[in-house]
Parts: sequence; C-alpha cells; structure tokens
Amino acid sequence: MIAEKNLGGIIDVVIRIGELQQIDLDAFKFALDQLSLQRSLNARFEFRGERAEFRCRACGAMWPFEKENLDPDIKEAIHVIPEVAHAFLRCPRCGSPDFEVVKGRGVWIESIRGGR
Amino acid sequence: MIDPRISVIEERLKGVGRIIAVSSGKGGVGKSLIAATTALILSSKGISVGLLDLDFTNPSSSTILGAGPVRPIEDKGMIPPKIHGIEYISITFFAGDDVMPLRGEDVTNAFIEVLALTRWGDLDYLIVDTPPGLGDALLDLLRLIRRLMFLVITTPSRLSLETVRKLLALLHDVGAPVIGVVENMLINDSASVRSEVEKMGARYLGSIPFDPEVEKALGNPKKLSETRFAARLSEILDHALKAT
Repeated sequence: MIAEKNLGGIIDVVIRIGELQQIDLDAFKFALDQLSLQRSLNARFEFRGERAEFRCRACGAMWPFEKENLDPDIKEAIHVIPEVAHAFLRCPRCGSPDFEVVKGRGVWIESIRGGR
Repeated sequence: MIDPRISVIEERLKGVGRIIAVSSGKGGVGKSLIAATTALILSSKGISVGLLDLDFTNPSSSTILGAGPVRPIEDKGMIPPKIHGIEYISITFFAGDDVMPLRGEDVTNAFIEVLALTRWGDLDYLIVDTPPGLGDALLDLLRLIRRLMFLVITTPSRLSLETVRKLLALLHDVGAPVIGVVENMLINDSASVRSEVEKMGARYLGSIPFDPEVEKALGNPKKLSETRFAARLSEILDHALKAT
C-alpha cells in the first residue's frame, strides 16, 4: 500500500476495536509495536474503542453490551467467538435471542496516515 | 473491506493433509455419528486426525465422544484439546449446552472466527462435521476451505436420497471432490440406493445396517468403537480412503 499510494512511510494508524472482542489492549499494542520495529515502520498506533450495541429483530429494542454483569467464563467465550453472545444474551424487552450486533464487533483499521 | 481473518484460514490448515466434510443436506441421517466415529477409527489406527464440529446450532459430537468440560488453550489463537487422541474443536466449548440460534450472517462470522483462530497440528486428516442444509453453511464451507472433499451420507429413505441428489449436483457444479456416498441405517437390504447413487454419478461406498447398540454406546468411545456400526464404517473407510 505504501508503494501504491506513493508514500515515504506510515506515520500513524488508527485501529478501531469492537467492545465484543474484549481485547487486552496492552498485549495488542505490544505486538503491534514489535511488528512496527521489525518492519522498520516506525508507525504510531492509536486505538479507539467502539461500544457494542444490539438490536432485537423481533421487537426492535436496542441495548448495550453490559459485560460487568456477566460470568467471567461467558465473557471469555464471547471474547473468543463473539457470536456465542446469542447463547447467553436475550433481548431485555421481549426475551428474544434473535438480535443483531449493530456495533462493536471486530477489529479494523480505520485510517492510515503516511508521509511523502 | 477485506476481512483479514479469511487470509489466515489456509495458513491455519497448512499442516493438515486431507480435509473431509461429512455432509448430507438432510438432518438425522447420522452425519455427526459417522464424523466422530470416523475420527475415532482413524485415531485407533495411529493416523493423526482432527474433528471440527461446525454444526453450531445442534452440535452433538461432544455427546458422542463424551468430551466433558474441555476447552482449547488460548495461545496466538486456539490450540485444540485432544480427546481420545483426536484434536477436537466444537462450539460447545464456548456455548456449553445453551441454545444458540444463529442467522446466516452470524453463522458465517462464527465459521470464519473458528477457522481463523484454530491452530491445528500436523494432521493426516481433518474431519468436518457439517450442519444440515444446502444454504449458507455449506456455501461458506465451500468458500472458506478450498481443499474440502465430501463424504456424503444418506439413509435408504427417498426423502434423504432426494436431498443427496441436490447436494451432489451442487458439489458437481462447483467442482468439489466427492469421495462417495455411504448408506446409513439400512434396515432391509436393497440395491436401489446403490443404483440411484451411481445414476447420480457418485461412488456408492457401502451400507451400514441400523445398529441399536449405538445409542447405548453414545458418550463412550471405547464401546462405540466395538459396535457393528463402527466395524462396518471402518471397512468402508479402508476401501474409500485408499481409493482417494
């Protein structure tokens, strides 16, 4: 991509992290910093969280991910495979398990800033 | 947006020799039983094998194997635990016995997540227990695991055979290799399924008579391995896997 955009290098990368992933930010940042050093990228990584939000397909209710109330094993299971949330969470209004994750799933690069 | 997880899947499977999807299109034909017993049979012969249960809404391999409360080890992904010598991954590790109703998009995401995270060892075979149906799950499998070979299961029922006909047509259309068709739960001997399967252009691998002892052996791999069902399946596999 550096060559494609005719960049001299990457200055900073903004990474968005969905709340459902429950990533250990220190470990993730350490891994990326190591990678940046190995590849001589010297890039600065900025992490921004995205709160998870669910929408019930049955009644339309929306609600946030309240992980504080969850059993640690369930939190761990959702961290590994976020879809497992469908086994443990229910719509707070109608009790349906048929909900979608509107926000807060996955990890993605939001922006990359480079220099010429 | 490019999903980086998909590019990792082939890397995760690079130590695996053959990847066999046990499939039928129809539910209740004994797919999970044949997938789990196939893994047990191969393992008992000293062949390194993994079992991946991708039937997320009705996983049953853990019950068949009596897997108990095992979990993968988290280390740069997931390292599958070994159950009776089999590297084993199932959604039950995470969802337990709770019902997990998933729509297509969620099934896709969960498939990708499991495939991108699991660090299989060096395996001769990976057996994939697939969910029933000819929809999202099958299409995702075909898209995500390019090296899949299919072991197709039917019962003598015309209802099952009709679905198998559709499955074989789909696999033919996309160029997916089919090892052959196993006729399970045979009650009365008849050559009709063999004849139908051969007309569909697939190999008929053999039949397995209905064995009432299997129900009593669920959860007990040693007992399961000693059933007539397992003995017959072993004969079929010897023949089928040598020829592929």
